[in-house]
Amino acid sequence: MLQPKHFFLLPALLTLLAIIIFPLLFTVRVSFSSWDVYQAGLDYIGARNYLRVFQDTRFWESLLRLSVMSAISVSLQYTLGFALALAVWKQTKGGRLFRVLFLVPMMTTPVVMSVIWRTMFHESLGPVNDLLSVFGIAPVPWLSSAAGAFASVIIVEVWQWTPFMFLLLLAGLVSLPREPYLAAAIDGAGPWRTFWQVTFPLMAPISIGALVIRLIEASKIMDTVYVLTSGGPGTATETPSYYIYIRGLRDFQVGYSAALSITYLVLMIVSLTIISKLLMRFLIGKDS
Amino acid sequence: MRKPLTGSLSALALASSGILGAPAVHAEDYSRFGISADIPGTCSYEAIDAKDYSGRTLNIITHAIPVIGEPTALHAEQFAELTGAEVNVVHVPFGDLFQRIMIPFQSGQNAYDVLFYGSLWIGDFNRFLEPVPETYLNSTGMADVTDSFRGVATWNGQMIQYPMDGDRHYLKYRTDAFENDALRVRFQAETGRELAVPATWEEYNEIARFFSGFDWDGDGEINYGSAEVAKRDDLMFSAFISRAAPYAKHPDVTGGFFFDLETMEPLINTPGFVRGLELFVEAQEAFPPGGTNFGLGDEIFSFGGGQTLMSYSWDDAFVQAQQEDSRIRNMVGAAPLPGAREVWNRDTGQWDRFDEPNRAPYMTWGWSSAVSALSEEKEMAFDYLCFFANEANTSHDLQIGRFGVNPYRNSHFDSAFWQSLGWEAQVADSYVNTLSQMEQSDNRVYDLRVPGVGQFMSSMANGVAEAMAGQKSAQDALDGVADEWRAIVDRIGKDRLRDAYANVVRLEDNTHQDGSP
Repeated sequence: MLQPKHFFLLPALLTLLAIIIFPLLFTVRVSFSSWDVYQAGLDYIGARNYLRVFQDTRFWESLLRLSVMSAISVSLQYTLGFALALAVWKQTKGGRLFRVLFLVPMMTTPVVMSVIWRTMFHESLGPVNDLLSVFGIAPVPWLSSAAGAFASVIIVEVWQWTPFMFLLLLAGLVSLPREPYLAAAIDGAGPWRTFWQVTFPLMAPISIGALVIRLIEASKIMDTVYVLTSGGPGTATETPSYYIYIRGLRDFQVGYSAALSITYLVLMIVSLTIISKLLMRFLIGKDS
Repeated sequence: MRKPLTGSLSALALASSGILGAPAVHAEDYSRFGISADIPGTCSYEAIDAKDYSGRTLNIITHAIPVIGEPTALHAEQFAELTGAEVNVVHVPFGDLFQRIMIPFQSGQNAYDVLFYGSLWIGDFNRFLEPVPETYLNSTGMADVTDSFRGVATWNGQMIQYPMDGDRHYLKYRTDAFENDALRVRFQAETGRELAVPATWEEYNEIARFFSGFDWDGDGEINYGSAEVAKRDDLMFSAFISRAAPYAKHPDVTGGFFFDLETMEPLINTPGFVRGLELFVEAQEAFPPGGTNFGLGDEIFSFGGGQTLMSYSWDDAFVQAQQEDSRIRNMVGAAPLPGAREVWNRDTGQWDRFDEPNRAPYMTWGWSSAVSALSEEKEMAFDYLCFFANEANTSHDLQIGRFGVNPYRNSHFDSAFWQSLGWEAQVADSYVNTLSQMEQSDNRVYDLRVPGVGQFMSSMANGVAEAMAGQKSAQDALDGVADEWRAIVDRIGKDRLRDAYANVVRLEDNTHQDGSP
């Protein structure tokens, strides 16, 4: 039964409605319209935009590309983040300084960092190739070859978001109980065995959380691609978010880009749910 | 009707600096606004000073600072001080400019009175723009605007954009390299040809290739042959049009460059365009490292900074090279875009051979301005634009490279004016001659100024980028573009697009609204 106390929930509910529910429902409605550069407004064209999505090979190719890019970059972020967290975990001298230093990349604006990285990767003026030449390595076409550009985007992503992994995993490590480690020490387990038998299993829940959060964020990658490569060379680094941006805001195909967005949202929800379940089964050994 | 401005720009500049003696009627000194002196005209400082817009507000949307954004803000501030109006200027990055203008238009909001934007968007915006009133059509400044830029501002026989900039693509090259005897001998020994400014794109590629990978200007840095805007989504579509135009724009074939006007069938995958793309792909051999990812800024820096032998695009790289602190100042020249000896004739379905290379100057999009039809301050808005483009302001703005204002009046093609800025006569002559020759050409190419131009160009840029990256052959890539263009035509409507495209074809075929030449 509705009581006066329930009215205290109203501001939160209205805010939720305004910033999440309404835009989502509006986007769904727009996706069934032909809103375009010439035809403005919410006419109804049925599922025509969605049929076009299914025939749009450029979108599906970008999705496949994103999957590979995310898998590589998030795996690297997790591995490096875990290693850094372990290094800082038990270290006392200068530990606080390192923690702050490791977090600097995460605190910078992605667009600004991408501009700086673009300068660093500049093939004739940037310092990266200069540095490589000191070791006798030939200049690398960082942004003008498909493989180089793909690797560049991953490097920037790893550089920027490894600290996020580091932060979450360090918080997890700090909160681990001491007893299992005492028991392992009594049993004579070395560091390697202690890590695989104690630390890693105990960290599994937080690892899954960190991986899923980063996969969600990685799936939205847009600013780095926009600044660094504009999706090129060719379509070598074009991701779904960047493609939707082109269709929606450059081409002004509002209805179609809404259909792309909704399709992409559904695909992300489904695939990330499956990935979470698989990670749970693999790392913890149960479904929930 | 007022008498057209007949004096040259140098005379105007001299008048503004007081050398020729400013008219005695100018009691007020306007030099506090950064100009040497006011120049009499319809919207001179004195004329605008006489207006009173106190208590009224003008809202302007423009590009980010500095290109066009900076002069917009500067002249807005001056206009506010002269008239008492409150002038609000919103600066928007280029990537967002279209949607920031289009969304209020589509939703019927009176968000901005004055708009600055790319002139190629006239096909999308024309429904929402106020025609330029007779008073301003007859203004002194307007009378001097070249025919081609009057055409760019005109839609269905009516001027709806206010000309304030002129843009075109042309060739820029390093004269010190082309005139170097040792390099000329070496080039002839290697290629069997005499070194000369390229007359065709094949020659351009050959020369660029020869001049790549060694320090031919003796500055201790390796030089390269060609800097081009090749980055997808960064105006690369304009570079491709420049390259394809002479192969696809046959001087004896009328009725459309991008489409067949009658059928609205795309011509983008016809042999002329394919040849242009093949040469664009081939040209990558002579790019500096990372050149396939060059945007306009990189191209300006590369040529203007002395890294490359040749370049072609807007004025910026040339102006950059001619800055006072440039180490290649007065070592550059301008020339028409290279042409083609074989041109695809779509009427006969054959390549036609030309002894003199076919040239197809590309009057690429530039900045334009307009007044919103929804504005409640139209008179003030047009006064602002007329003031922005008055003789004193234009003379001032042309001298500042970062402002992005380029010659668009007959009086701007005056070598003496550029020489007064420190340009050597040879450089200034090559510049004004190249620009003015384009005005006289009857085989010009214009942008695809139709509704949805963003979709067409985005699709084309993607196809070109796929070919440049080696993902597809030139033919396959452009076949894919043609398929996409057909789909866009179906979505937007063939008749609607044909009506719009007829405006472009009229400019290219040099005909009037009624079809007469």
